[in-house]
Amino acid sequence: MRDTPPDHCVVHLVQFEAEYRRFAVKKNGPGGFQEFYGLLQTIHQIPGVDVLLGYADVHGDLLPINNDDNFHKAVSSANPLLRIIITKKEDEPVVFGTNSLQRRKKGLGLTGLRTPGAGSTHSKNRTGLMIGMPQNFRQVSSIIDVDILPETHRRVRLHKHGTHKPLGFYIRDGVSVRVTPQGVEKVPGVFISRLVRGGLAESTGLLGVNDEILEVNGIDVAGKSLDQVTDMMVANSHNLIVTVKPANQRNNVMHRGSKTSMGNSGSVGSAGSTGSILSHDSPSPASQSNPITASCANSNFNSIAEGDSDDEDDDGDIILENDSLMPHDSHQVTDSNNVNLNRDSPTNGPHSSTVVRPLPQSVSLPSSVGASLSDSSMTSNYNRNTAHTASNRQESMREDGTIITL
Amino acid sequence: MKRFRRHGHESDRDRLKQELFQFNKTVEHGFPHQPSALGYSPSLQLLAIGTRSGAIKLYGVPGVEFMGLHDENAAVTQVHFLPHQVELVTLLDDNSLHMWTLRAHKGLSELLEMGRFTLTGPPGAPPSVTRVTTVLAHSSGELLLLGTEGGHVFIVEVPGFRELEERNISLDQVASSVPDDYIGRRNLEHVEALQESPVNPDQVVIGYGRGLMVIWDLRKRCAIQHIPATQQLESVWWTEEESYILSSHSDGSYCRWMVGGKDVNEEKEKSDIPYGHFPCKAISKIVHLSTADGASYGDRHCITVIHGKTHVALDFTSRIIDFFVIREGPQWDPSALVVLVEEELVVIDLQTEGWPVIQTPYLVPLHSSAITCSHHISVIPLKLWERITAAGDLQNAHYSKKPWPITGGQNLASDPPQRDLLLTGHEDGTVRFWDASGVCLYPMYKLSTAGVFHTDADPNDNMNQGTEGEWPPFRKVGCFDPYSDDPRLGIQKIHLCKYSGYLTVAGTAGQILVLELNDEAAEQTVEAKVVDLLQGQEGFRWKGHTRLDARDEPVLFPPGFQPFALVQCQPPAVVTALTLHSEWKLVAFGTSHGFGVYDYQQKNSILIKCTLNPSDQLAMEGPLSRVKSIKKSLRQSFRRIRRSRVSLRKHHASNAAKLHDANARLEAELAEMELAPVQRKIEARSSDDSFTGLVRMLYFADTFLLDSSHNTPSLWAGTNGGCVFAYMLRLPPVEHRADEPVTAHPAKEIQLMHRAPVVGIVVLDGCGAPLPEPLEVAHDLARSPDMQGSHHLLVISEEQFKVFTLPKVSTKMKLKLTAMDGSRVRRVGVAWFGSSRSEDYSESGLVVLTNQGDVHVVSLPAVKMQVHYPCIRREDVSGIASCVFTKHGQGFYLISPSEFERFSLSTRYLVEPRCLVEAPPKSATSSQHRPQPDRASSAYSAARPVMEHALLNDESEYLRETEERMY
Repeated sequence: MRDTPPDHCVVHLVQFEAEYRRFAVKKNGPGGFQEFYGLLQTIHQIPGVDVLLGYADVHGDLLPINNDDNFHKAVSSANPLLRIIITKKEDEPVVFGTNSLQRRKKGLGLTGLRTPGAGSTHSKNRTGLMIGMPQNFRQVSSIIDVDILPETHRRVRLHKHGTHKPLGFYIRDGVSVRVTPQGVEKVPGVFISRLVRGGLAESTGLLGVNDEILEVNGIDVAGKSLDQVTDMMVANSHNLIVTVKPANQRNNVMHRGSKTSMGNSGSVGSAGSTGSILSHDSPSPASQSNPITASCANSNFNSIAEGDSDDEDDDGDIILENDSLMPHDSHQVTDSNNVNLNRDSPTNGPHSSTVVRPLPQSVSLPSSVGASLSDSSMTSNYNRNTAHTASNRQESMREDGTIITL
Repeated sequence: MKRFRRHGHESDRDRLKQELFQFNKTVEHGFPHQPSALGYSPSLQLLAIGTRSGAIKLYGVPGVEFMGLHDENAAVTQVHFLPHQVELVTLLDDNSLHMWTLRAHKGLSELLEMGRFTLTGPPGAPPSVTRVTTVLAHSSGELLLLGTEGGHVFIVEVPGFRELEERNISLDQVASSVPDDYIGRRNLEHVEALQESPVNPDQVVIGYGRGLMVIWDLRKRCAIQHIPATQQLESVWWTEEESYILSSHSDGSYCRWMVGGKDVNEEKEKSDIPYGHFPCKAISKIVHLSTADGASYGDRHCITVIHGKTHVALDFTSRIIDFFVIREGPQWDPSALVVLVEEELVVIDLQTEGWPVIQTPYLVPLHSSAITCSHHISVIPLKLWERITAAGDLQNAHYSKKPWPITGGQNLASDPPQRDLLLTGHEDGTVRFWDASGVCLYPMYKLSTAGVFHTDADPNDNMNQGTEGEWPPFRKVGCFDPYSDDPRLGIQKIHLCKYSGYLTVAGTAGQILVLELNDEAAEQTVEAKVVDLLQGQEGFRWKGHTRLDARDEPVLFPPGFQPFALVQCQPPAVVTALTLHSEWKLVAFGTSHGFGVYDYQQKNSILIKCTLNPSDQLAMEGPLSRVKSIKKSLRQSFRRIRRSRVSLRKHHASNAAKLHDANARLEAELAEMELAPVQRKIEARSSDDSFTGLVRMLYFADTFLLDSSHNTPSLWAGTNGGCVFAYMLRLPPVEHRADEPVTAHPAKEIQLMHRAPVVGIVVLDGCGAPLPEPLEVAHDLARSPDMQGSHHLLVISEEQFKVFTLPKVSTKMKLKLTAMDGSRVRRVGVAWFGSSRSEDYSESGLVVLTNQGDVHVVSLPAVKMQVHYPCIRREDVSGIASCVFTKHGQGFYLISPSEFERFSLSTRYLVEPRCLVEAPPKSATSSQHRPQPDRASSAYSAARPVMEHALLNDESEYLRETEERMY
């Protein structure tokens, strides 16, 4: 099967309860999600068992397959290999819990092995249109710190990681009007001048043309030139937090109300984000039905803000070392590949390619997590990073042509 | 308690910072940009230059310099020293007059502005009435005569600027006495010239624009004589014996008039148009001295000197601002002609046969060809210094042997503690070596690399051609020659090893030359080696310039640095990084396509690495920007015009049309630039960005690259895309160095996540100190690096400073710059800072210049911000780009194409002028020359009537050179 020309076919590596299968499908062949779902059940000989499908996209993020659209997206992202992870569907909705803790541990744990006995199968996903749960999406933006900012301001975080989508906005010089004790005063300010169609900024709906930029990653831009602000934003582009004073003040978050109203108003905030299905942090449809969820999601923002500190992003330098051997005889030894990958980074592509280089090179990203990676078993699934590393290991096993059953 | 101690520790550090760092801009080197006025004080022997930006600079004996800046942003149009005083008056083009003085303070003189003044006319008068055209500082030192556009002469008492209204010479007073038959009597026009009689300070000659000259008696307040010239007047000169007045006119003629004749209507004594049959421009200034006669002549930029039968038209390469003659000796003979032209100061020795040029010790035009890069080397060993000086002296044989004639003031600065060299690379392929040890940036030696190549310059196309036997007898003087024959020759990177005398220079067309200092002339072939940096990269189309054509035949090189190896990159893109390791005998070079290492002992290439990103279209196609090509075409049209002017005049029209075309294109280009909306794109950097493969930094280090027990030679390369490549170098043992190959193996690759350009790479030894330069330890000039502790790698990108461990590369610490304040690193250097308080304390740090024009000091190895100072305006992009740091915390940057500003961050190493100018003892100076029987002592108090003082005090000969207008 592996000798089928890759340009015609998609090769899948399928994991189900630690069982790996590879098979090929035509890239334009399979019809829809249901057809594929059936195919998987047949291949794995589990007809009737409800399962959740996920796939690893090019950035190593685990994304769900539960309708025709994301199925086609998954197939199109295969090059040529597509990894599909199949997990048995749990019956308790708690498993996909909307609070952050659950989400971190289990929502991402889809890769791992879930005890089959954790719950009986459930079959409600076949009814009507399938709406994804918040945890099935990758966070691309969020409104943060609503509780500490004046309500005329909005602090927006744009997560560049993983997408090839451009940040997609332009800034310009302008004049801002400030109310001071001396009266109204005109001061120079920096404004958003243009949103690029299809860019991250536009798709979130949280930023608009003529919004005034007040802070970049917590640093006041007053007195800074347009070029300085540009450079600050570019330097922080992997995790950009801009505080703006929206030109359109009608969609502001009201944070003086109760928890419930907070959730609701939060969804008002997302009204500006029409057409953006991915901006789940501005409360998604799910939260509209459940105010408590919204408030949980709020706390979620904060916890992410802490977890995603700059440093995490920042030490993402990729280091290729050739230190295991003396260089002149290095060419003969290829088995000593010491592959360390400790986090998903936008440059995942180059990673994978370095693995197949003939030279023995250890790929390492300096952090404690990275160091422990090679030891961590495949079943450990405390975070996404490990999950990704594990999948990389799987990839390298695949390179050896072995199909392993644990 | 803990808290307290910590607090105490911090204040200790703060105190230490004060002892280590202080920021000063100390001195400006080079030639002032856009000079607009010249003044000279024979009594102080000081030269003053005013500029269009409102600066005033004074120069005396080398080392004596002062600088002042007018608050008004207006051009200085005239500078006049008050005779026998330390004051000078400047006239700005906003019609304000300023009084400056040299005040002694703690044993040093400083230039201070004392007061300012603007003439006020009667209410309702048009502004032209008080628009000053001419200034005469009267020899009494207490009066200023101000001629105006309205034709009036106002008299003002100085230094207080008190108007003496009753003594003003109004146009009406003069006009009423003008003979009726004078053609221009109804409109005498503005006051063009004011001259004091050399004998009788009561008499001044007033020259009006229409041509009329009036000798006016200040005391009697009446006209004594009228000289009815009818040509538009340019300048007036009263000869020393008081018997003649010379006038020069706009038609290129000059006339001599007898003074003291019986009455008005004096006949013209002599009239001459020196170059009568040529289409002449005006003679804008005329000076007649007892033995020489000088006149400015303007078709090209010329000054004619006529002395007996000798007649030379000195032909300058830029516009003449003004000139004066220095006189000395018992006969008060003219000794030197000092000419300020727009781009340089030229001093001609009038006492030596052939009138050679005297080399200027300061005010040297750095930009005689445009500066393209600079490189500073501190603490040059004496031996190398002497050899470079000797090579330079041979080049300067054509200069006059006479000492510098401007000798005012005393230089009190102690001798510089060390010998420093500043190397500037130029567009014409030359490298100039400057003595940068002290206040005067003195030219030592000039290296030309053009001889290695065939250039398209036609040797017959010389400006000096065929002047023999021609009339006028032109002689080209001055060294300002901005017309580069081939821009590919331009020098982009320089690296000199001060211990071995090996020099490597790299240029615009991918050429890298390795040179060796040789005290003898040598004829040798330079071996060229072409290096293909593309390494089979597909899809490449180079649209830039072609490679330079190296000469195959032996070339005769004069004593000095002589090239012995040439590497030519293919594609011939500009070299962006260069370094040399004299101990290993390796040169590393990089362009926008990749980098390589060349072994200059075995003369072969040992490593080539292509860094090109195939999706980077710009790098693939070559660097030709449209602006550059326009610059080039403009340059070519200018050159054509210049050539045609010399040879044939009939092509004028077509050339003018071409120039017009070029101008129109340039304007269109500028308009396009301005129309672009001022907005900035916010986007993360990606590997697809332009020029990510451009090599920014190359660094040789002997460090622990592979394991922590063996150090090995290594090469580090940093790119524009935030990537660092490390190669292990294997060098054969010294005894086999000449025959066994040197090899390089890839060892590490670091891709910085933020992808900002890498601008610096430094390896820190076990003690956290930067590794010493090659051969530094061998010459016992540096402590050998600590090879026991673990080494660290410091990578400086435009956005942050990051320290990695070695040999296993992992981040140890970092300092973010851009993310915090939006500024980016433009220049970085390692420097030693010594404490001002204790001799033995010093530490190393990083000196950083940002794109905001601020300089920062960052500590090593902890990468903590220490101090920062604003240094360069952030709009001054070329200033920021030209900045170069020294190893002792000083720096240079270009404030104009022709001037370096020197600054210092160190408390210990400071090069600044320290000088004293004393008021001239009046009796002593004047007794040197023509004794005056009626000369007054200076004991007259200021309270006495001014006129009486003026009457008695006759030292007018000092005024001669300074009191004239140029235009």
